[in-house]
Amino acid sequence: MILRVGHLYPEYLNIYADRGNIAVLTRRAEARGHELTVEPVTLETALVSGAHDLLYIGGGQDREQAMIAPDLAERAGAIRESVEGGAALLAVCGGYQLLGRGYRGRDGSWLEGVGLFPHETVAGDTRMIGDVLLESTLPEGRGRTIAGFENHAGRTVLDDGAEALGRVVAGYGNDGSSGFEGCRVRRAVGTYLHGPLLPRNPWLADLMLSWAVAHGTGDEPEPLAALGDELETQAHAVAAERARRRGGRPA
Amino acid sequence: MGARLALESSAARLVGRLSRAAGRGGGTTLPGKLVWKLDPGALELLAGRLPQGVVLVSATNGKTTTTAIASSILGSAYRLAWNNSGANLASGVTSTLLAADGAELGLLEVDEFALPEMMRRTRPRAVCLGNLFRDQLDRYGELEHIAERWRDAVAELPPETTLVANADDPLVATLPEGRDRVVLFGVDDPRRARPALQHASDSKYCVRCGHPYRYDAAYVAHLGAYRCEMCGHARPALDVAAREIEPDGLDGVSFVLHAPSGSARVRLAVPGLYNVYNALAAASLALSLGIALDDVAAGIGRFSAAFGRFERFAVPDRSVLLVLIKNPAGANEAIRTLEDGGVPPTLVVALNDRIADGRDVSWIWDVDFEPLLERADRIVVSGERAAELALRFTYAGFPLERLELVAGLEDALDRGLELTPAGGELAVLPTYTAMLELRAIATTRGLTRPYWEDDDA
Repeated sequence: MILRVGHLYPEYLNIYADRGNIAVLTRRAEARGHELTVEPVTLETALVSGAHDLLYIGGGQDREQAMIAPDLAERAGAIRESVEGGAALLAVCGGYQLLGRGYRGRDGSWLEGVGLFPHETVAGDTRMIGDVLLESTLPEGRGRTIAGFENHAGRTVLDDGAEALGRVVAGYGNDGSSGFEGCRVRRAVGTYLHGPLLPRNPWLADLMLSWAVAHGTGDEPEPLAALGDELETQAHAVAAERARRRGGRPA
Repeated sequence: MGARLALESSAARLVGRLSRAAGRGGGTTLPGKLVWKLDPGALELLAGRLPQGVVLVSATNGKTTTTAIASSILGSAYRLAWNNSGANLASGVTSTLLAADGAELGLLEVDEFALPEMMRRTRPRAVCLGNLFRDQLDRYGELEHIAERWRDAVAELPPETTLVANADDPLVATLPEGRDRVVLFGVDDPRRARPALQHASDSKYCVRCGHPYRYDAAYVAHLGAYRCEMCGHARPALDVAAREIEPDGLDGVSFVLHAPSGSARVRLAVPGLYNVYNALAAASLALSLGIALDDVAAGIGRFSAAFGRFERFAVPDRSVLLVLIKNPAGANEAIRTLEDGGVPPTLVVALNDRIADGRDVSWIWDVDFEPLLERADRIVVSGERAAELALRFTYAGFPLERLELVAGLEDALDRGLELTPAGGELAVLPTYTAMLELRAIATTRGLTRPYWEDDDA
């Protein structure tokens, strides 16, 4: 089947090799006989709720994020409705912050977010930079680990009872102190982890794809056929070792 | 030089020799680190004793090559204190100045993060600002922050300092505004423009109003002839320009150097438009110091290659072309140059993730490797993060059966040579620390000179 991906602001939010995540989704869909079509959703284009099986939003520099933030806030309804309707969504770094309730700057300013993820982000004095290893806390990812790289000044605090992406084994995570990283709402996942995220965590790519397929068919998600993934496993192992050896430690 | 500094200096030089004797690399920063500890004010004194003063060169990409070309030009006019080993932080600069007895002019490559401090402490005669690209976000932070730090330091420079700046880089071109002594350089040859801005282009929005620039010609990433249709901000007039650029495969490039004093065709023995920018920066710097145009052209003609930057070395029956890659913009231009000059059938690409390489390897996904992947027969991936490279290439569609993963750099080099037909050339694209290691292997095999050989001869 054709899987319709909406890539939000690819011209503005692309700082951490976000196109790597898209390439992985494209190839892995292809390997299962699906075709991924990627439509840029940017300042001049409309976003119709439910028109995409998967939405993707990456991270940008402060200047670029400030440029698109007002436009994104206007699309809050369409994004939330899409996720309510069962669309998959992956948000990385800046996109993860912007999809929360909002961002409190160091000068006290408040940047209104989309309100999809139950969290708020506060600017910190220092950046949290380094390799990260997580143990997945997703029911679909039991026993799995996630390896990536983080680089963020924002401290993201989840609401009580909110579901994280994983428990921090090595690295800082959402805020450097809670011991958790990322956030999950229905089929939407947000995380600070880039690297990019999906090439070295192929099970997560397949989970997102199975959700996208489920949105397209209207059925329950089915696991996808396994692929060899030797290089992916090797890259994951090296990245995980880096995090254990030199990842940031929660303060 | 005061007695105290003299004593510290000789002690520090001794440490440098001991460090080399002990086989601990080039010993290029250790003497500087020692003096730095003994006397943090030493840098001002060391810079102050040079009769012709100090010039500083910085950029995200090309500062080593630019400084090397400048040394080729300026070396016949002055005895230079030049940090040719690439030790471009305060300690390396201090070491260079310590070792340079009898030097007249300091020619210093400076790390872009260290530049503001160097500008404040050395009172430079001229500062040459090449470009700003996205590079090692884990180490340097965002581009705008570096630009802000540069802007603040430029504002504190004495009025007699000359600013030599790249007019084709919107962020850099605005830095000298309001100053008296300015030389702006750029490329003026629309035939060599790229059809579209590349994926990783950084400063594509107007620095004044944020509207996307329109490029009449984009030459290297976001470097080019830009103008904003909203507020009118545009590339300023060029004082020094490269026109009629003629590439010569992977062997070099020639162009007409236009300066206020006239014009001359120059030949550069390294290929690529980005090296034209490096030569322009070096030429503009030399012209600002009063070197005659003919001497500038001759100096560029004498230059061969800075270490690891399109550096060629011969092995029996074959040659190896060593091409440093370190960030998306630099790597894209290296790839474009290989594409224009002919991609060798076998490539070795090596990715390390130490501090000097950047610990965050995500940048490889922002590099447009595709032109290489379409043309190469075999690729050997190597280095500490070889598997990530393998994923980058296979997810781009490069067939797994034509890809080999050889973790050790020496083994990867030998495998690459084995796959290269006799008489052919192997292209090796390493990140910084992988380049140093490969060069050390070549040196051990007697193929190149160690880079510290002429350090304090």
